[in-house]
Amino acid sequence: MTGAREAVLGRVRERLARSPDDETRARRDIAERLAGQRRGTQPARIDRDRAGLETLFVEKAEAVDATVAVVKKAQDVPEAVAGYLRERNLPAEAAIAPHAALDTMPWQGSALSLSRRAARGEDAVGIAYAFAGIAETGTLMLASGPDSPATLNFLPPTHIVVLHETDLVGGYEDAWQLLRDAGRGRGLDLPRTVNLITGTSRTGDIEQTLQKGVHGPKRLHIVMVRDGS
Amino acid sequence: MERSARAFTHNAHKALADDVLQDNLVKLKGNFLVRRERARDSLPEFDVLRDEAKAIKDHTLAHLDLYLEAFEAQVTATGGQVHWARDAAEARAIVLEICRAEGARTVTKGKSMIAEEIALNPYLEAHGIEPVETDLGEYIIQLANEPPSHIIAPAIHKNRQQVAELFADNHAHLDGRLLDDIDDMLADARKVLRERFLKADIGITGANFMVAETGQTIIVTNEGNGDLTQLLPRVHIALASIEKAVPSLEDVTTILRVLARSATGQEMASYTTFSAGGRRDGETDGPEAFHVVIVDNGRSAMLGSEVQDMLRCIRCGCCLNACPVYGKLGGHVYGTTYSGPMGSVLSPSLFGIDEMHHLPNASTLCGRCEDVCPMRIPIPRMLRYWRERETERGLAPSTARWGLNLWSAFASRPTLYRRLMRIGVGVLGRLGRRHGGFANLPLAGGWTRAREMPAPEGQTFQDRWQRGERP
Repeated sequence: MTGAREAVLGRVRERLARSPDDETRARRDIAERLAGQRRGTQPARIDRDRAGLETLFVEKAEAVDATVAVVKKAQDVPEAVAGYLRERNLPAEAAIAPHAALDTMPWQGSALSLSRRAARGEDAVGIAYAFAGIAETGTLMLASGPDSPATLNFLPPTHIVVLHETDLVGGYEDAWQLLRDAGRGRGLDLPRTVNLITGTSRTGDIEQTLQKGVHGPKRLHIVMVRDGS
Repeated sequence: MERSARAFTHNAHKALADDVLQDNLVKLKGNFLVRRERARDSLPEFDVLRDEAKAIKDHTLAHLDLYLEAFEAQVTATGGQVHWARDAAEARAIVLEICRAEGARTVTKGKSMIAEEIALNPYLEAHGIEPVETDLGEYIIQLANEPPSHIIAPAIHKNRQQVAELFADNHAHLDGRLLDDIDDMLADARKVLRERFLKADIGITGANFMVAETGQTIIVTNEGNGDLTQLLPRVHIALASIEKAVPSLEDVTTILRVLARSATGQEMASYTTFSAGGRRDGETDGPEAFHVVIVDNGRSAMLGSEVQDMLRCIRCGCCLNACPVYGKLGGHVYGTTYSGPMGSVLSPSLFGIDEMHHLPNASTLCGRCEDVCPMRIPIPRMLRYWRERETERGLAPSTARWGLNLWSAFASRPTLYRRLMRIGVGVLGRLGRRHGGFANLPLAGGWTRAREMPAPEGQTFQDRWQRGERP
């Protein structure tokens, strides 16, 4: 709409009525704020060592109906995934993120039939790789990219996420810092989608009765790898 | 939506007489609030975070033009496109233009209050584009052709029987069969909507926040419908009103820590999704184009005014859950997009006190809304502000105005007021001594219909105070 931008911003400026001096200060303040990554209060519950964070992460994730399996080495992941699907009588077929960290795992021995691609409507299982885990609330951070299609997180009814323990942090702010440190904090390097996922899909829309898996996954299974590789 | 706030009194009487609605509202009572208290108690920093969240929003509003400009620059840098709309008509026209340019026939929609406010669905339908609501609650009320009655639980006024009937009438494959199990209803809605998600040309969502630092819009949801809405179609349009801006990822993190806890008592919603731009090189999913429509529609006029604090609202809905008036009447009686205490301040601010003048009176001013508000919005103070404007403009009913004028004529003459009160209280005290109260009083029939008026004890407060009595 021609002129709408100037009209809206003009009205905002008119109402705020900053003096020229204030204007200079305001511009300096917000530039600092946007660059400074100023943290607010973080919950004391995240103030613990790595083992403590792992305990907190598992406790919080399970509290929102996720299941967590801890394996010692990356090599153990395929069997852990296959076992999970077998025990629940779920299909041994999955769409998997074409991610380098997943590629090096020995999937051939697991009897799983995998497709390295984004998810489709008919996929029963999606396997994704987490950018980070946030212990504060048992939350997973997934960052989209060519090796991490976001549809894997939402279309298949069973969502399996592989998380390296070294990518476990305390609070959300630490996860943002990881993203910036990886050079993915700004512009076209920023992931198109960052998904913070805390538990399974749910709704209380019919008589406030909590129901799982309304549009997104019914099951969320996290495989945490301890080897630090 | 079509507004009917002028008919508030009529709507309220109807709601009180609606047994099904009353039944459904009883189920709502306390449920969300109990869960909120539990979530608050498990986070000792909750109140500190509320103060910080308030300060972040106050700072943002004081520099809103600069943060909106910064946000726009970042959206552009990440390959998205920003559009500006002064009012509802412009916002609708922008969305339609994008739909036409894409040759869109069907759009899926995530839950969005601003889309309700600008009445987007009927407009798209009138122009040959079919909008499909995908949040389960919104889908239910779309089938019922009703507006939402609660910010976060739009179909809270419907019970399972009513939902089953709506599905039976609208889902051809059911052949009129009523589903009696909530699980079955869910599976049915999942099946129907899954096809819609995969077929839609464009996905429209709202935005809980716009992050100036990164140019991301954020949606906070539990179902995953908002994500499928924005992930699968070729184009994603996010609608956001100007006050949704926040400075940085750290700032929005602080606010997120109080949002879900206040709304549903969850520590964090299932899905908090940050979106920036369209599909990148090498990506195999996600929309190719990303548009953000920034809507003013009356909000800029609230800046620097008595009602500016209302712009801190993050739409958690907990003031609705805490409000005794909302709890008795439900959301539809307010006759506008925003119901409950927050709506009774916001609606007059956006749509004018002339049309909305009943709403600020739909409150007992008990203050529970302010007590629970994560953004510490002084709702009762602003309700009183709108009540004053109502009186100034002569919008109050004539009996109320006449009564208040009479009272103020006496009250501004202290000696006369004391004498008359002494007579009145003395007479009422003697008359009521035997029963201790009055079952009905002239001019107060509406009040005494539901309770007794206790009889005064024979002496006025002022006399007792003068004698040195202190409670």
